[in-house]
Amino acid sequence: MTTVEHAVGASGASERVGLSRQTVTGLVFGVLGVALIAGVAPAISGTSRRFNFEPPPDPAGIGFHPPTWVIAIGVLFLVAAVLGFAPPDARRYASPARLLSAIALIPLVLVLSLALSDNPSTNIINLFNESLVLATPLALGATTGLWCERSGIINIGIEGTMLAGAGIGYMTYATIGDAQSTGWLWFSILISVLAGGLVASLLAVLSIRFGVNQIVAGVVINLFALGLTGFLRSEVIVKTGITTGVGTSEFGLPLLSEIPVIGDQLFRGKPIYWMMYLVVIGTWLVMFRTPWGLRVRSCGENPHAAETLGVNVIRIRYQSVILGGLIAGLAGAWFSMESQTRFEDNMTNAAGFIALAALIFGKWTPWGAFGGALLFGFSRALGTRLQFLGVEVSGFEIPSEFLQALPFVVTLVVVAGAVGRSIPPAAAGQPFQRSK
Amino acid sequence: MSAAKNANAGIGRAASQVHRLLTEAWRLQPLYVSLYAILLSFVVGGVLISIIGVNPFTAYWALLRGMVGGGDQIAGSVARSVPFIGSALALAFAFRAGLFNIGAEGQLLAGGITAAYVGALSWMSDLPGIVAIPLILIAGTLGGAFWGGIPGVLRTKTGAHEVISTIMLNSLVLFGVRWMVNSRDPIVLRDTESTVPRTDPIADTAVLPELVDSQPVLHTGLLALLGICFVVAFVLNRTTFGFEVGTVGLNPHASHYAGINVNRVIVISMAASGAFAGLAAASEISGTNGFFQPGTFFLMGFDGIAIALLARTNPVAIIAAALLWGSMLSGAPLMQQEADVSIDVVRIIQAMVLLFVAADAIVRYLFRVREMDQSPFKATSIEGSV
Repeated sequence: MTTVEHAVGASGASERVGLSRQTVTGLVFGVLGVALIAGVAPAISGTSRRFNFEPPPDPAGIGFHPPTWVIAIGVLFLVAAVLGFAPPDARRYASPARLLSAIALIPLVLVLSLALSDNPSTNIINLFNESLVLATPLALGATTGLWCERSGIINIGIEGTMLAGAGIGYMTYATIGDAQSTGWLWFSILISVLAGGLVASLLAVLSIRFGVNQIVAGVVINLFALGLTGFLRSEVIVKTGITTGVGTSEFGLPLLSEIPVIGDQLFRGKPIYWMMYLVVIGTWLVMFRTPWGLRVRSCGENPHAAETLGVNVIRIRYQSVILGGLIAGLAGAWFSMESQTRFEDNMTNAAGFIALAALIFGKWTPWGAFGGALLFGFSRALGTRLQFLGVEVSGFEIPSEFLQALPFVVTLVVVAGAVGRSIPPAAAGQPFQRSK
Repeated sequence: MSAAKNANAGIGRAASQVHRLLTEAWRLQPLYVSLYAILLSFVVGGVLISIIGVNPFTAYWALLRGMVGGGDQIAGSVARSVPFIGSALALAFAFRAGLFNIGAEGQLLAGGITAAYVGALSWMSDLPGIVAIPLILIAGTLGGAFWGGIPGVLRTKTGAHEVISTIMLNSLVLFGVRWMVNSRDPIVLRDTESTVPRTDPIADTAVLPELVDSQPVLHTGLLALLGICFVVAFVLNRTTFGFEVGTVGLNPHASHYAGINVNRVIVISMAASGAFAGLAAASEISGTNGFFQPGTFFLMGFDGIAIALLARTNPVAIIAAALLWGSMLSGAPLMQQEADVSIDVVRIIQAMVLLFVAADAIVRYLFRVREMDQSPFKATSIEGSV
C-alpha cells in the first residue's frame, strides 16, 4: 500500500462498497456462459475436429464435436456464476469453480480456434511445446524480477540486462570462438551470465548505495544497454564479419524422451530451455525453503524489522539483485545463442517488460511468474498458429497482434484487482538506510 | 593501488578547481550537477572512443559540427529536438503530482495514430489550413490524453500503480498500432499504395508550415511545443491548480485534509501528461513525416524521462535539455561519417548523463559541489512503491 493509496482510500474511491470482486467475476462468467451456450455453440461449425498429439502422417489424437465442448464449458461458467449467489454452505465451492472456469478459458480458445478454421486438425502437443520454448526468456526474466523485487528493489532494467547479456555473450562467441566451436559457446554463455550480473550490480549500486530512484535506475540500465550493445555490434561484431554461427543444440532427456507419441516432442529441447526449469525450481526452493530465502523476502516486506533481527539488509539486497542479473544474462544468451545465433540491435524486443508483466500476473511468486510467462508464450505461439490455420470469425481473420496483446489486458485487469488482485512486496521501491 | 588513489585524488583536485572557477565566473548554482553530469559523460564517451583507436577530439569535433556546424545543422538539430520537449513534459508534469509516468512511449503512439487518422480523413483536404492544422494537433493531443488518462483513472479507482499500468499500456498500444498499420485484411489504416507499412499520407492542408528546409524539416510544431512549455510553467507556478498539483506531489495525505480533490488532480495530471506526448507526436506526423509508422517514436518516451530529469522537471529548462538531446542525435551521423565512430556512442553518453544526474552523489563528490537543495530524484521523494 502506498501513501497515495491511503489518501485515495480515505477519499473513498478504493473502498467502494457494493459489488465485491468475486461477484463481478461471477457475473462475467455468467454472461460468458450464456453467450457460449445460446450464441456461440449454434453458430460454429458442427463438423467434427481433431486435436492431434503428434505430427502427421497418421497421428494419434482425439476427435471432438466443437459445439458440445463449447456448451460444456458454458455450463461450467454458469455453474461458477450461480454458485457465487448460492446459500453459504454451497458457496464455498464457488471459488474453485471460478478458478476452474478461468483455466477452462484455454481449452475454450483452442476449441474455438479449430472450429473457426478450415483445417480439421492441429497438433496441440507441439503448440504446448512452442509455448514453453517461447516462455523461456520470459520465465527467466520474471525470475530476475522476482529476486530483485522480493528483496525490495524494483527492476525495470530487466530488458537492458538481457540485452547486454545477449550482446556481450555473442560478441565473445564471435570474436574468440568464430561462432563455431561448442567449447567457446559454453564459455560465451557463461560470459552472458556474468555480463548480466555486472549490469545488475550497476542497478544495485545506483539504487542501494546512491539511493537513486529505482525506476530511474532501471531506465538508465535500459538506455545504457541499448547504446552499449549497439556500439559493440557495430565496432566489434560487425568487424569480425561473423553474422551467424552454430548455436546450442537439442537433446532429449533420457527415458522421458522415449515415451511414445509425446516424449519426443515434449522432452527434447535446447540447454538454456532446460536450465530455465532448473532456475525456476531452484528459485522456489531457495526463496521459500531456506533461511537465506526468508531473509530476502523479509527485506522486501519490512527491512527495518529484518534489520532488528540481525539481517544485513544491504548485503541481502546486493546479493539478490546480482543473482537476478545473472539469471537475466542467461535469458540474454537464449536470444543470441539458442533461439538464433546472431545479435541484432534491440534483439530482446521488450521481452524484459513482458517478463515484468508475467511477474506481476504471477503475483510475485515463482510458480505464478512461470505461469504468467507460459501464458505470454502461449499467446504468442497461438497467434502464429492461428495465422497458419487461417482462423476467421465471419470473414475477419484474427490478427496475431490481438492474441499477443491479450495477456497484457489480463495483467492490467489483475493489477487493477478486478480478478484476484496482485499486490507487490511492501518495501519494493523504498530505499533502505541503516539505523544509526 | 596508491597510484590509482593518487590519480583519483588528482581528478578530484582538477574537478574541484573547475568548480571553483565556474563558481566565480558565473552564478550557475542550480545547474552545476547537470553541467558536470554532461561533462563527465563526455569524458566516459571519450575513453570509449579512444579504446576503439579513434582520437576522441576528432570524433567530438565532428559531432559538434554535426550539431551546430552551420545553419542547416542547427535547424536539423532543433527539428530533431522538438518531439523530445513533449515527451519530457509528459514525465515532468506527472512528476510534479508525485506520479511516475513512464508511459510517454505509448502516449506518443496513441497521439500519433490518432493524428494520422484524422489528418488522412477525406474531408480534411477541403478544409483551409487554419482549421485543418489545429484539428490534427488537437486530435493527437486528445489521443495522448486519453491513453495517459487511463492509468490515472486506474490509479484512483483501483489503486493500480501507474508505473505498472503504463508499462502494460505501452505494449498494448504498440500491438494495436502495429496491427492497424500492418493489416492488409481488413485494411485498417494501412496505405495500400506504399510498400512499407505506414498509414495514408495526411492531407496537404494539415501539414504544419516549415520554418527551415533542413534535414529533418524544422516546422512550426516547434512554436507549439515551446508555447506549451511556458504555459505549463505558468500553470504549475502561478495557478491554483498548479499549486494543487505540487501539493499532491509533496504529500497526498495533507492535500486530502486540506480539501484538495486528490483523485481529480491525479487523473488530470496523467491526462495532461499524455496530452503533451500526444501533441509532440501529432506535430511530428504533421510537420515531419506526413504519415504514421510505429517505429518512429521508438525510445522517444524513455528519452523524455532522461531529459526531464536533466532539466530537474523545470518546464523551461526542458527546452534546453531537449535541444541538447536532439542535437546530439542529429550530429551523430557526421561523427560516424568522418571519424568512423558508431553513432551508438551518443546513446551511451546520454545514458551516462542520466546516470550522473540521477546519482548526483557521484558528481557532488568528484566536483565537491555542496548540496544546496534536496534532489527531486532521490527515491525518498517519490511516494509509494510499485
